[in-house]
Amino acid sequence: MNYHWNWGIFFEPNPMGTGTYLDMLLSGLVLTLKTAVLAWIIALIFGSIVGVMRTLPSKAAGWFGFCWVEFFRNMPLLVQLFLWFFVLPELLPKAAGLWLKQLPNAPFWTAAIGIGFFMSARVAVQLQAGISSLPRGQKMAATALGLTTVQGYRYVLLPMAFRIILPPLTSEFLNTIKNTAVAITIGLIELTGQARSMQEFSFQVFEAFTAATILYLLVNAVVVTAMRYLERYVAIPGYITGK
Amino acid sequence: MKHFRHIGLALAATFVVSQAGAEELTGTLKNIKDTGAITLGFRDSSIPFSYLDDNQKPVGFAMDICYKIVDAVKKELKLDKLEVKLNPVTSATRIPLMANGTIDLECGSTTNNADRQKQVAFTNTHYLTASRYVFKKSSGLKSIDDLKGKTVVSTAGTTNIKQLTEANVAKSLGANIIPAKDHAEAFLMVETDRAVAFVMDDVLLASLVAGSKTPDDYVISKDAFSKPEPYGIMLRKDDAQFKKVVDAATAALYTSGEGQKIYDKWFTAKIPPKGLNLNTPISAELKNEFAKPSDSPNPDDYK
Repeated sequence: MNYHWNWGIFFEPNPMGTGTYLDMLLSGLVLTLKTAVLAWIIALIFGSIVGVMRTLPSKAAGWFGFCWVEFFRNMPLLVQLFLWFFVLPELLPKAAGLWLKQLPNAPFWTAAIGIGFFMSARVAVQLQAGISSLPRGQKMAATALGLTTVQGYRYVLLPMAFRIILPPLTSEFLNTIKNTAVAITIGLIELTGQARSMQEFSFQVFEAFTAATILYLLVNAVVVTAMRYLERYVAIPGYITGK
Repeated sequence: MKHFRHIGLALAATFVVSQAGAEELTGTLKNIKDTGAITLGFRDSSIPFSYLDDNQKPVGFAMDICYKIVDAVKKELKLDKLEVKLNPVTSATRIPLMANGTIDLECGSTTNNADRQKQVAFTNTHYLTASRYVFKKSSGLKSIDDLKGKTVVSTAGTTNIKQLTEANVAKSLGANIIPAKDHAEAFLMVETDRAVAFVMDDVLLASLVAGSKTPDDYVISKDAFSKPEPYGIMLRKDDAQFKKVVDAATAALYTSGEGQKIYDKWFTAKIPPKGLNLNTPISAELKNEFAKPSDSPNPDDYK
């Protein structure tokens, strides 16, 4: 290899005049985290609603849940973001489309909502599986106690189901963080985007992507550790999720 | 007497050639001689420098220059046959592929600047381009100052977005600068009215406009954000022997007037695959450069 390593590059000023190259990567990391957290909140809210709907006796609810999951799960994320960002505004009435296009930070909102919906389909399936894995008697017991369907879910089924699916939810959260990298296709210059900018400016490809890799690994290590603590904190001794 | 001088020159020439021949081959040249093959890196959509035609074959201004270099290498190494391998590169892969020896020459539209010279070398400049912006005729922009408070797009990681950012501060334009992933996407932003202007190398803008659905709707600004910057064919750093051959080949090409001919073929005539005509006659700066070839990364050296 005829490559000139230069690890000092991170401390050299970047050509955008926003500090060093390291600052550039860190600003990308902040954007990655913001996008991932917002997307994860959306995914949890919509995923929970749709996941519950898929387990309700109502046919209409089940059908809606089915459509939601299949729509968001079956299209590549890259294609979805492109559709939301470039195609959707063209389909709207002209004024609405123009408003949407000129929204400040349009790539950020599109990415967070797009990734959130995409991940919500996965969360929904996980939650459905969690609820289905509970013994049938749980639901019956809730009804026998005189709880309404809402109360039954709120006080009996969901607390158990969420405990069961915490470990797979952790990996879904990690996926959400990694999926934010796709947002460069709609011009969101997050961590991967900044690493690309850095290599274009300085031609120090390997340093840029090594740094990005390490930052992703660090963030994911933090998430994994935090989720472990959460699992231990909510565990109930004697149940399958607690020992 | 005249005869004697000729013979003397011929003798001297023979002596020089045999000297060169006796020199131990190193680096890329040795590799080419050993393998009987040279690998060119090409871009798939850098019109008209290096792109795929309708047969998926890479063509373009930079490709033509590279083939001339290949001829010179073949002659230098006295090879009967030199296989030319083609390898696609993107702006993200060109450096790793050059560094690990996959490609020997990168034939595209890579700006030669001082930062990049820390990593790679460039041969004589084959194009000079200034940073300008494209906008829709209907938006009625006239100068850089008209971009005040508007949304302007440029491609992330380019020298252009850097110049735009600098101008934004220096002229206190307060423009909202958004980075795009690539040129096609940035142009799409202007096409769909997400941004009023796209700042990029003027030649790339010309090809995007020529290839758009309605070329007549777009205008490229007279105002420029920068002095014309040089494009060069990229090669590995610290390979003096190979660079010497490549530099000699490009210098001979440009000074002989053949460079101008190749230029006209790609910039003032219809080009494949769609028969677009970029209508960009050679600039005075490039004409001077062709007369006195240079591999300087400094825009001030090209007047």
